[in-house]
Amino acid sequence: MVDPKAELCIGLAGNANVGKSVIFNELTGFSQVIGNWPGKTVEKASGTLFFEGRRINLVDLPGIYSLSTFSDEEIISRQFIAEQKPDAIINVVDATVLERNLFFTLQLMELEAPLVVALNVYDLAQSRGIVIDLERLSAELGVPVVPTVAIKRVGLTDLLRAAIRVADERSMPKRPTYGPEVESRIACLTNLVENLVTSSHYPSRWIAVRLLEGDPQVEGMVHSPALLVEAGRLRSELEGIHGEPASIVMASERYALANRISSACQKFIQPPHRTLASRIDFLTTHGIWGYVIMFFLVVGLFLAVFAFGNWLSGVLDGILDHIRPFLTALGPGPLARILREGLVEGLFAAVSIALPYVLPFYLALSLLEDSGYLARIAFLMDSIMHKIGLHGKAFIPMLLGFGCNVPAVLGCRIMETRRERLIAAFVSTLVPCSARTIVILALVGKYLGPGYALSLYILDIAIIFALGRLAYKTVPGEPIGLIMEMPSYKKPSGRVVVNQTWFRISGFIIMAFPLIMAAGAIIVAADTFGGLQWASKLLSPLTVGVLGLPAAMGVLLIVGVLRKELTVLTLASVLGTHQFTAVLTPIQMYVFSFVVMLYIPCVATIAALAKEFGWKDAAYVTIFEIAFALAAAGLLYRILLLIGWP
Amino acid sequence: MPNLFVKEGPEEYLEALYKLTRNGTPVKTTDLAKHLGVSPASATQMIQRLAEKGCVEYIPYRGARLTNQGRSEGARMTRKHRLLETFLVSVLNMRRDKAHAEACELEHHLSDEAEEALCRILKHPEFCADDKMPIPPCDSPFSSCAECMASGTYSKLRRSQPIKPLSSLEKGESAKIAFIRAGRGAVQRLCDMGLTPGTPVKMVTSAPLKGPVEIEVRGSKLAIGWGIASRIFVEAGSLG
Repeated sequence: MVDPKAELCIGLAGNANVGKSVIFNELTGFSQVIGNWPGKTVEKASGTLFFEGRRINLVDLPGIYSLSTFSDEEIISRQFIAEQKPDAIINVVDATVLERNLFFTLQLMELEAPLVVALNVYDLAQSRGIVIDLERLSAELGVPVVPTVAIKRVGLTDLLRAAIRVADERSMPKRPTYGPEVESRIACLTNLVENLVTSSHYPSRWIAVRLLEGDPQVEGMVHSPALLVEAGRLRSELEGIHGEPASIVMASERYALANRISSACQKFIQPPHRTLASRIDFLTTHGIWGYVIMFFLVVGLFLAVFAFGNWLSGVLDGILDHIRPFLTALGPGPLARILREGLVEGLFAAVSIALPYVLPFYLALSLLEDSGYLARIAFLMDSIMHKIGLHGKAFIPMLLGFGCNVPAVLGCRIMETRRERLIAAFVSTLVPCSARTIVILALVGKYLGPGYALSLYILDIAIIFALGRLAYKTVPGEPIGLIMEMPSYKKPSGRVVVNQTWFRISGFIIMAFPLIMAAGAIIVAADTFGGLQWASKLLSPLTVGVLGLPAAMGVLLIVGVLRKELTVLTLASVLGTHQFTAVLTPIQMYVFSFVVMLYIPCVATIAALAKEFGWKDAAYVTIFEIAFALAAAGLLYRILLLIGWP
Repeated sequence: MPNLFVKEGPEEYLEALYKLTRNGTPVKTTDLAKHLGVSPASATQMIQRLAEKGCVEYIPYRGARLTNQGRSEGARMTRKHRLLETFLVSVLNMRRDKAHAEACELEHHLSDEAEEALCRILKHPEFCADDKMPIPPCDSPFSSCAECMASGTYSKLRRSQPIKPLSSLEKGESAKIAFIRAGRGAVQRLCDMGLTPGTPVKMVTSAPLKGPVEIEVRGSKLAIGWGIASRIFVEAGSLG
């Protein structure tokens, strides 16, 4: 035996919704670091823990169903396992859906990494009358199997011990064996791979299997035309026998094996009657009652979030008001002003405006996600969301967008492919958030009447539909409709929900706060040195020429990048009067509100977009929205002039 | 232009019923008559004839719906019609309105062998070139279009059970996956989630207004959007 390493690297892998993140949070606690995988915009969570004198670096891999090339997440996961060579992989498996989870386990076994299976929600399986023969399962897979109940912290110590043992012994799982017509071709290719591919992180047999399936990434990895030709020949032989693409033949083979293992290892003792969870499931997906329940639940939740946000915002504002007088101690000079009105006020704005709403939103999102209700909302809303080119899951981020676009963009992570995430995030940034609602109500609502304010909302929704469809048609990639697991209802654990909210909120603070503060400082600095007036002049062809607004309002559009409600809050000081009706025509008010509603995601939203999709796509969305808002508002202005409305 | 196509034939009725029926809801006789441009009386008469043949089930006051036998007849005629229309429009460049009338005539004379050859030469189209309506699948025992293309010859064998889209299963109905007509990514994804050919599935529930369906597969529940669910074809009734 090799000397045990003092420091170990262990990866957590498994399907979505199996409690993988719960295990990760329980084990790493507050030591975790959330970042992105290098070169990709997929979230990487890692953390360290100390266990029995060993330092363990735990990496939470994305929740996926396969190791093909369906998404970035799948590619990242298999690259991590093969190239970084973690000392062990903990495969978290849902004990209630053994067969489907073993499909993924088999693929991990193919990668020949030291493996442990965590049989999670073991208690739930027992209560549903599923009896699993642990020893048999362990023997079939050739890996240790540890039953766990992550939300109650049951079995986690045993799990860690098993993982460390596997890592120290470098014990390999069994090699999955498939049907003879597949195996003979794999053997043939494996031989060739061993001879022709000299240096690769990946096991030869794995490369052979993937080449047989026609995996485009692996084909690009081996630099041997002869090997590719032979793989192509064997693949068409296999496709000839089965009459199906080889990748489907392999999926069928894996499922056949998963089915054989799971039926050998589990027995069903039928529970006496329908469980409560299945009865709730029936009601919440019902054609009529499902919508009624969803309506009241979602509206109730939103009212609660807004009420709580309002209250918290007021409380925090009150506290900050007490601090403000001390800031005058910074003195008069321009530098002190930038510090006071830019940096500090930026921080205050983030604390008293963004945070109070983002916090309860995250809490609500965690609750919806953990209970399993989120999947039901997606189910019910799918056909409506399809009209915008999105699928049901996108309904949640869009709804969040009415409060604040930042959690909406971050919430798009619940979608599966990058393409869907990007379209959903783009559409979410067009949803009028609470700041934009302030502008619309304070200007159009107050001076023109609520009907006109409503017409702006209707206009916005029409634009969302149109642009959503446009994005659906233009964003590259194969559109894949809704294919989603419907997790059974679970009682969410308070501790898990609070932890999850904390991790998300700290991520938001780290990302958005510095940007809000920096943008504030830049704008105040520009104002102090007369830059804003200069910029207004520069913008006047747009503000006056295209939009028909007073030149002075150009300043507002710059300030609005920071926080959209500032456009109306500073309107009086820019125009030099509180009598807006004296200096602005109704059409100007309407057009101005329209521009503010659409023209740019605020700086925090841009930061969120950049975090999720990279700076390039964030820039595309921003530039597109500015250009679109200006063009649409210019057109709107001329139409309104022509028809004399309002 | 005079109306040339045979509106009165039983095959036209089955085709119309196939088009108008959704999720097993009966079609009102008046709607059927209006769709075909015939009098309600003759529609009622024909429905009775079809009911005697076992193709149609008539529910008083609610209308007519297709039996399994009637459904596969209707699907067969619709398939021939839409394949012909696609051929006339996209290969022969005929005007659409003319192509429709022509296809209505020709469909009654097209043999199954010629239909299969037509499908192959058109590269197994999924939607009709004229009205973009889905072309129902054939009932050859191939497990994919690629296999049919590769074989290149007409096989007299038929599936023992009729094929229908997963989306048309009724609540609680079980079936086996026959094949999936979708892009590479979607097929791979569905297979990864356990929907490999031959897998038994059971319909749990479906959302209204072409919403997704919830199915039970391999002990877990999946929600699948209507668009994909209508491109997954199943062999119904082959399961206890």
